[in-house]
Parts: sequence; structure tokens; C-alpha cells
Amino acid sequence: MSVTVINKNNFDAEVIASDRPVLLDFYATWCGPCRMLSPIVDKIAEEHPEIKVCKVNVDEEEALAMRFEVMSIPTLVVIKNGEVVNKSVGALPEARILAMFK
Amino acid sequence: MMEKIYDTIIIGGGPAGYTAALYAARAGLDTLIIEKFSAGGQMTQTQLIENYPGFSEGIDGFTLGDNMKKSAETFGAVTETAEVLSVDLLSTPKRITADNGDYFAKTVIIATGAEHKHLGIEHEDELIGRGVGYCAACDGMMYRKKTVAVVGGGNSAVSDALLLSRICEKVYVIHRRDSFRASKVYHEPMMKAENVEILWNSKVDELLFDRKLTGIKIADTQNGDTREIALDGLFISIGRTPESGLFEGQIELDANKYIVAEETTRTNIGGVFAAGDVRTKALRQIVTAAADGAVAAYFAEEYITENK
Repeated sequence: MSVTVINKNNFDAEVIASDRPVLLDFYATWCGPCRMLSPIVDKIAEEHPEIKVCKVNVDEEEALAMRFEVMSIPTLVVIKNGEVVNKSVGALPEARILAMFK
Repeated sequence: MMEKIYDTIIIGGGPAGYTAALYAARAGLDTLIIEKFSAGGQMTQTQLIENYPGFSEGIDGFTLGDNMKKSAETFGAVTETAEVLSVDLLSTPKRITADNGDYFAKTVIIATGAEHKHLGIEHEDELIGRGVGYCAACDGMMYRKKTVAVVGGGNSAVSDALLLSRICEKVYVIHRRDSFRASKVYHEPMMKAENVEILWNSKVDELLFDRKLTGIKIADTQNGDTREIALDGLFISIGRTPESGLFEGQIELDANKYIVAEETTRTNIGGVFAAGDVRTKALRQIVTAAADGAVAAYFAEEYITENK
């Protein structure tokens, strides 16, 4: 599956109303660790259809970044049934990202 | 079952690892790099690298790392994205256990690098990403027009403070001594910044928070006086600690946990080499890490030839 780009307009429909658990990747284009993490997040989207993978550009979506109290990037947030169930700051290896869903 | 045995497995895909891979692959060695993220290591946290030769306009760390990876892969080196969990370096062949399986090799080049040192005070870990950070280049923009502090007195602390002074309302620099270790080229521009205030002979005693960081309590290292400072962000820049935990008990480490290896990059175990920031050395730079990588590949090849 491909990665869904999230903005304030599609957030509710794509994330809150999702019937699959969501991985939200908060990133910026100028952030090196975010760029390191990006291919890993893409790989999860490719190999795990049971997870909905979404990305939020914090420079373009400041309100969403504030709503999730993102003060450090990359930040990964796991949302199930509209609720935040896990949050992690910094780049993580694939296995540890998947463990956030358990 | 017959497992594939690589000539060399390189753990870590920073400048040391990918330079080792480039030289090993060009020498005809069957080469695997195991890296937990994508290429680059610590240098991906630097937006503009101006002290790696050959780039007169500078280059960002992520791109440099990615280019090093592509160079190595052009000559046949293969990258596996996985996290190494344990190693058996004394067996023949040497075994590397990663989160996606076991790998075997005649030689191992350790290029795991280093990571940011923590202050080691209460609540530090739980406040990471909620006001406490280690990478001003990554997180500085989140503190636009806010008040932050940098802890440390070395080159990276001073360059972080300078970077933050251009973004933030106010920047405190908290340093335990009464002078900087940082070289002049770093600290002179920072001293000129009007919104930077240096708190000499000070250390962070306590983190104050209400869900996120709200301030710190600092103590004077001379007379023990304490006071509170309201802050939105605290950047900790007090040096690095080597990523050598996996090898403890098998490889000789020094008191600071760096792998003991000389300019040959040879460790106390035959066929095991340490390159880059993880090794005992005087100067930890991208260019010295890359140099180590080339040397490690050379001695790995020699070891394979001698042990045929």
C-alpha cells in the first residue's frame, strides 16, 4: 500500500475514521534523521497492508504537530480507533516500529 | 544447512562503514553492510558539512551518506537493513545475529559509531521530545522565538548555541567550567550574538516539567547556589558515547567504552576490525572515519589472504 499524505483537511477521514491501525510519521524535509527513517516507513507501508501508513510535514501542518505535542522530529504516533496508543521520538529500526502496534 | 559466508560483514552504515564497504568491494571481497536505518550515521544530523574535503559549497549529511552508500553498492557491496542483536566473534566463521536472522563472515568490521551522551539526571528520558533534545539542527525550528538552553562547552555545544541564537528568542549556554574547550572559529561568532547568555560554572541539577519541560534548576559548581530558569527547550550537547555495548566481554574496550584499536584498526580478536568513532582515536571527524574504513578493508583483505 502507498503512504497517505495527511493535512488538516483529510486528517479526520484518513486517520481518526480509519478502520486499520495508523502509523503517523511527523517529519520535515530538512531533518536528516527523518530522511533516514523515511525508507523504513515506506517499507512498512509496502509490506504491511494491515497498517495504514501516513506522513505529516510539520512545517506545513503546524496545527497537527501542536495537537500531537510534536516537539522533536521524527516522531511516530500509533493510532487505533481514533485514539493515540503509542508515541515514540527519533528514528527507530523497522522491528521496533512494528512492536509499537503490539 | 550451508549458510552463506561473506568475506566481510560491516556493522554500521556511516562514513566508516560505507568507506570500508567501498574498498572491500573494490578489492573483490564479498561484502555485506548491516545498518539499522539508512546510510549516514551521526552526520545525517548536520545540515551543512563544510569540513569534508571536495565539496566547496558544503553538503548536507544525509546526501553525503547516501552518496557513500551508492558508491559502495556500485562495486557490489550489499546492504541489509536490520538491527544487530548479538555477535559471536570468536567462532569460525564469525556469527552476527540480527533481528531478521543470522549472518556469517570470515571478517567483521565494526563501524557502529557513537551516540549522544545523556546528562543522566532524573526524568531526562521521559522528557525527550517534550522539551529535551540532543540535536539542535533537527529540533531547533520547533523552538522559534522561544527560550532554550544548551548544556556543554565543546565545539558541538557552541555551534548548536549559535544555530539556536538565529531561531530562538533567547539562548542560555550552561557550562561546568569557566572557559570553552571549543575552538575559536566556533565560539567567537556565538559570543557576539546578543541573545546568548553564558552561565559559567553551572550544571543542571533538576528538570522542571508539567507534562513537558518548563524549566531547569541549575547549581553553581563553585558555591552550590541553585536557581531556576524558565525554558521551553533544553539541548544536551555534552559529547558522545560509543555504541560498543554489543561487543563488551568479547572485544577489549577502554575506560570510556571505546574499542581499543590502533591505526591498523585491528582489535584484540583476529579478523575483527574497528573503524570510525567507535575506535580509540584522537580526532573523530567524517574524514577520519572514512580513512579508518579504507584501512580496515585493507587489513581485512590481508587477514583473509593469510588465513586461506
